[in-house]
Order: sequence, then C-alpha cells, then structure tokens
Amino acid sequence: MTDKPKKPKKEKIPRQKMPEQDPIERGRNFDEVPFGYTPELAQLEAKRCIQCKKPKCITGCPVGVDIPGFIKLIQDGDFLGAARKIKEDNSLPAICGRVCPQEEQCEQVCILGKKQESVAIGNLERFVADYERAHGGFQMPEMSSATGKKVAIVGSGPAGLTAAGELVKKGHQVTIFEAFHKTGGVLVYGIPEFRLPKAIVQEEVDYLVQLGVEIQTNFIVGKMDTIDELLEQGYDAVFVGTGAGLPWFMGIPGERLNGVYSANEYLTRSNLMKAYAFPEYDTPIARGNTVVTIGGGNVAMDSARTALRLGAEESWIVYRRSRTELPARTAEVHHAEEEGINFNFLTLPLKIEGDETGRVKGMECQKMKLGEPDASGRRRPVPIEGSEFFLPCDTVIVAIGNGPNPIVPRTTPDMETNRRGNIIAVYEWGRTSKPKVWAGGDIVTGAATVIMAMGAGKKASASIHRELMGLPDPEPEPEEEDK
Amino acid sequence: MNYKIVKKEALGEDVFRMRVEAPKIARKHRPGQFVVLRVNETGERVPLTIADSDSEAGLITLIFQVVGKTTMLLSDQNVGDAISDVCGPLGTPTHIENFGKVACVGGGIGIAPLYPIAKGIKKAGNRLINILGARTKELFILEDEMAEIADRQLICTDDGSYGTHGLVTDVLKDVIESDDRPDLVIAIGPLPMMKFVSKLTKEYEVPTWVSLNSIMVDGTGMCGCCRVSVGDEQKFTCVDGPEFDGHLVDFDELGKRLAFYREQEAIARDKYTEERKCSCGGD
Repeated sequence: MTDKPKKPKKEKIPRQKMPEQDPIERGRNFDEVPFGYTPELAQLEAKRCIQCKKPKCITGCPVGVDIPGFIKLIQDGDFLGAARKIKEDNSLPAICGRVCPQEEQCEQVCILGKKQESVAIGNLERFVADYERAHGGFQMPEMSSATGKKVAIVGSGPAGLTAAGELVKKGHQVTIFEAFHKTGGVLVYGIPEFRLPKAIVQEEVDYLVQLGVEIQTNFIVGKMDTIDELLEQGYDAVFVGTGAGLPWFMGIPGERLNGVYSANEYLTRSNLMKAYAFPEYDTPIARGNTVVTIGGGNVAMDSARTALRLGAEESWIVYRRSRTELPARTAEVHHAEEEGINFNFLTLPLKIEGDETGRVKGMECQKMKLGEPDASGRRRPVPIEGSEFFLPCDTVIVAIGNGPNPIVPRTTPDMETNRRGNIIAVYEWGRTSKPKVWAGGDIVTGAATVIMAMGAGKKASASIHRELMGLPDPEPEPEEEDK
Repeated sequence: MNYKIVKKEALGEDVFRMRVEAPKIARKHRPGQFVVLRVNETGERVPLTIADSDSEAGLITLIFQVVGKTTMLLSDQNVGDAISDVCGPLGTPTHIENFGKVACVGGGIGIAPLYPIAKGIKKAGNRLINILGARTKELFILEDEMAEIADRQLICTDDGSYGTHGLVTDVLKDVIESDDRPDLVIAIGPLPMMKFVSKLTKEYEVPTWVSLNSIMVDGTGMCGCCRVSVGDEQKFTCVDGPEFDGHLVDFDELGKRLAFYREQEAIARDKYTEERKCSCGGD
C-alpha cells in the first residue's frame, strides 16, 4: 500500500471485474452474487481514475458524492478515509454500491468511458463500504448540537433513511415510523438477499440508531396517527417517504387465480418473511415448476431470479417490447441470463388460464412487433394478428409496476396529489402543498430507483433543516413555497 | 412497543379471547377494523379482527379459533407473554348510521368480529336483530354479550342442540318474511354461510354486507394478496374492505384463494404439533 502512482505511461489497465459466484450454483442459493473486490483489485481499478479537474461523475450522482476524492484515497490505500469521504454525502454507501444504476449516472459520464470502459465507481464504493464494516466499523460523524426540533419520517425506505440520517446529524430529534415489523422498506421487502444482503441494511439502520434516530415499527401513519396528529403532537416537520406501495395488475382475465402474484407479494413473502426457508419460517410461497414473470424492469429480474432459487425448473420473463427497451439494468439482465432465465420478448399476455381448483395452468399470449415511437420515445409494441400462443406455467408474477400507497394521501386531505395519486412535491426541495410536510421518493415520482429516492430524501432534509432554523430555501425558489 | 397479553380465557373448544396491550390501536379502533399480527420472529403475518377495544386501558381484544400453526402458536402464549408484532387498526371501518332495522347474522367464530359492529349499529339507534348460528351448542361464543345489545336475538344450531334446528339462512328467511323485515343485513361467518346469506337476501332485495377474511401479508395495500372480485371490479380486502356488498362478491373465487396454501398450512401445523409434544416432555 506504499506505491505512489506516478504518471502512468499510457499503460491501460482494463476495468476490473468483481469475482462472483458460479451462475449455475448461485441460481440455487440466496447468497450474494458478487464477492466484491479484494484490496488489490480495488487499488488497481482506482488507478484507472485520472482525477479530472472538472469531474463529470459528481454531477452524474444524484447525491453529489465526491467521487474523485474517495477514489484518490483508495489509490493512496486509505480505505477507511475513502469510506468516510463518501459518507459526507451518502449515508448508505454499502447499499448504493450494490443497487445504484451507476451505468446511467456517474459511470455514464465518466470521461474514460469515451474511449474505453468507465471507472467502476459502483464497485469501488461497495468495496470501501464493505471494508469499513469489516475493519473498525463506523465512526461517529460530526454532530451538530441539539436544536430541540422534532421531525417525523414516514416510511423507512431509502428516502426516509437518508432524510433521517441527514437531519439527526444537524441536531434535530428524528423519529421514523415504519408500517412493517422491520426497517428498510423496499431494501428489505423488495430487493432480494442475493443482490442486497439484509445484514447490510440492518447495519445501516443500526448506524442511524447509534446517531440517535428513534424507530417505531408496526406504526402505520394514517391509521394510528395521521400526519395532522403528528404535527399536533409537537413534530415541527414531517417527511413522507411511503414508496410505491400499491401493485398494478394488467386487468386481464385470470389474475385472481391461485399462483398469480404481484411482484411485491412474491418478493415480500420470500425476502421479508423468508418463505424460502419454509417451514423453518411459517410463511408459505408457491414453489412453481414453470414460473412466468411479466415485465422487464429490475423488479421483474429479481422475481424471475428468486423463482429459480425457489426451485423452478423454468423461469421465464415475458416482456411486450424487445431487448433494447428492457428498463432493467444491463448487469441484472446479464446476471439473469447467465443463471438460465429465459426471455420471451415482444410478447403480450392476453389471459391466464386455470384448472378446476383455481390454480394457474398457463397463459395465452400474443406476439408483438415494434411500431412507431410512443410518448416515452420507445417504439410502441403492436400486436401481430393470428400470433396467439399458449405458454404453459403454474406460477405467474406480475411485475409491471406500482402506484402510490393510498393510506397517507387518503388521510391527509389537504395535501395535494395528482391524478395517479402521487403526492405533488416540488422536486427541488420536496415541499408539498401542506405546510410543514415534505415528501420524496416513489410516493412522489412513481416507481424509480433507490438512489433517486435517497436524493429526494437528502434535498428534502436540507429544506426541512432550513425551515426549522428559519432560513429560506435558496434560489430558484419553488412557486409553491408555503408561509 | 410491547404487545403484552394481559388476559387470556378459553371461550369454548379451541376458541380463545385475549386482551393485548396496544394503546395506539385501541385509541383509533373503529368497528370493522382488524390487526395484522406476527406471533414471533419466524411467524407468519395474519389478519385478525379486533373484537373489542378499551382506549382508556389501552387494550384490544382478539378472539380466535385454533385452525393452523399461527393460531395454535398464539393460543400457546400466556398472560405476561408478548406478541412480537401487532399493527393496525387496518381496513375501512364499518359505515354506521341509523338504517332502521339491521339484522346482524353471525356464524361460529364470525360472531367475534360481528360484535363491535353490532354494538355500533345499536348505538346509532337501529333496531338490532341478531341471528347467531353454530354447528353445535358448545361452539357458541359471545351469546350473552350479543344478547345484551340486541332488540331481538335468534339462535340456531346445525344439529339442533340449541335454539332452532337449522341454518342462519332459514332463520333469516323467516325474519325477512315477517313484519320485522330488516333494512340491512350484516353477515360474518364462514364463507359458505356468507355466500348463502347473500344469495337469499339478493332474492329478497335486502342490502347485505359481508366481511371477508382473505389471506394477507402486509395489510396496507402493498402486496395485493387479498384481492377479490366485487362485481366487475378487483378490490383489495385490506384497504378497500374488509366489508363489501355481499350481492357482488365472487365467493367461489375467494374460497379457492383461501385454500391455496392448504398443503403448506398442514405441514406447518404438523411440524408445530410435533415440536409442542417434545417441549412439554411428551405427555
């Protein structure tokens, strides 16, 4: 760890891959897929960063991590310092290093990417976060003295956890209210163990608790106390980060047959309730032989890969557009393919059929072709007449997205929502139409990514802090500014 | 939070009543609502109707029948033990107003969730007619409590061991045809009972509500496990219900959905039955 990188003579180090579990073997277990970098690999990869004067990667990061800064520290062998550097802007690096779509953010704008492959920023972030956990653990960050102000955070997913971390560091008294029995939101119910080990989420939560954040589980805001009641009880501000908690179905016949799941239900049973360990754990789940997942996002990949690990002989993805339009991360699609997930592109489910007991026996589908681009800019899939076919299966997972959970909006009538039921918040600072209430994450944007939610949590927490301290939000001042 | 059991009593064979510390839930509970609970760390999340609540004492009452692993495990908890997780009150409360005459029809363990609703109905000034049924006399619960609030109470058993020999639908039919015809029927009990009550009242055009006991995971609309067909619509029992228009519910579909995990339920129950034998020294 002593060698100082001299100006390299154009020696081109290739982007370092993380070692990972064998695809066939891992397709039958729930252990994490990549093992992560060794210190040697991490330093080799870090050396690829040319430390741009005007780094684009920082602007590509929704929370503005000082990426060249932490990579420099890895180059110098100061892994703990690198972890601390990230934590100045991102309180959940072990999580982001794993689930952020870096290829669309920091790594997409990395200057190296123009001629060769970009620096593996995500892998490096993951490495230092894991290193910190394994060596000496967390350091208490600088904490401001107590302000005497109280903030309620509704939901303990990535938006809520981030907001809580930022606000507690500023000296506010923070309470997180979580409806489930476990903290972490989508990080614990949605994202599977093989992609994000739950022990990591738990450690991040424990860290917040060490900082003084109070957590109340089994607490459903809107049912126990409404937002108005929280305000009446003396909370000076409320942040709503309740997520995208209402699954969409397709509205085709057969969706209530046995063996049809929303991805939320399937993943919650497996991840949060540990149905994969039935009967050690009491929650059951259908262990299908042929499982079809409908959808093309990360949640669909997670579902199809979970099905495989639960023992499916065949796990299919059915997606109505083509491979190029898949919204899932390339790495996830790649992992799924390696493990043997089959893809049925340009396929539209028409009807799910069942046997006399009400159990799924197959799905009637139709082939599609790509037509003109639609509003999203993607080419619209058009049905091909006479191309109907029957896909036999015993389990169907519907992973076509989620709407906003209605409990908080329904019980907070003076907080404006849009036609879809999402809370309207000014993106920049997360202010809602209701005074003292901020919102961020999927409840505002509709289903997006972990880091987007974290970014929203961070921005809202900055705005909350300013309000509590009597400071104005800086320009550009949002129009819906409340007095 | 600590969900301590402060009182436990057997109401009948395999039927228990527990009072549990849950001040926040007790304060907000309205008739028709339920909780989702998880007995211990490895437990399943299951919905149970809140049978009563005492906001001053901070207690909720749960009444349950032992049918599977979770209820068996719950029945093994004693006063002083704590339930790992209880969350609620969930679901949309019963719409209560003065409808005129209301017949509350309860079957078996369904009388437990019916009780707080009947109480609310009576309090709103309705004439309350209770029609309560069970397979046999020993299985009756809350008979006295229900009688106390009723203007008229009719009892029947399948085997004729108590009250009228027959089904609640027979008794209800007589009431509808009499000059005590109800303006509204609220029926809670086993699925076939609710189905046949709804069929009967549809013929007689008496509005009818039923309370569904779908399988749930989170209970907050997040998973969609509890979806049911109501008329042409798909509804989530946990947030849109649990009460629906009985004339529109697809009971047969719900029946199949309730049976989906029967095999695993048997495995879990048998495994626990074995463990139970071992832990008490095999008596």
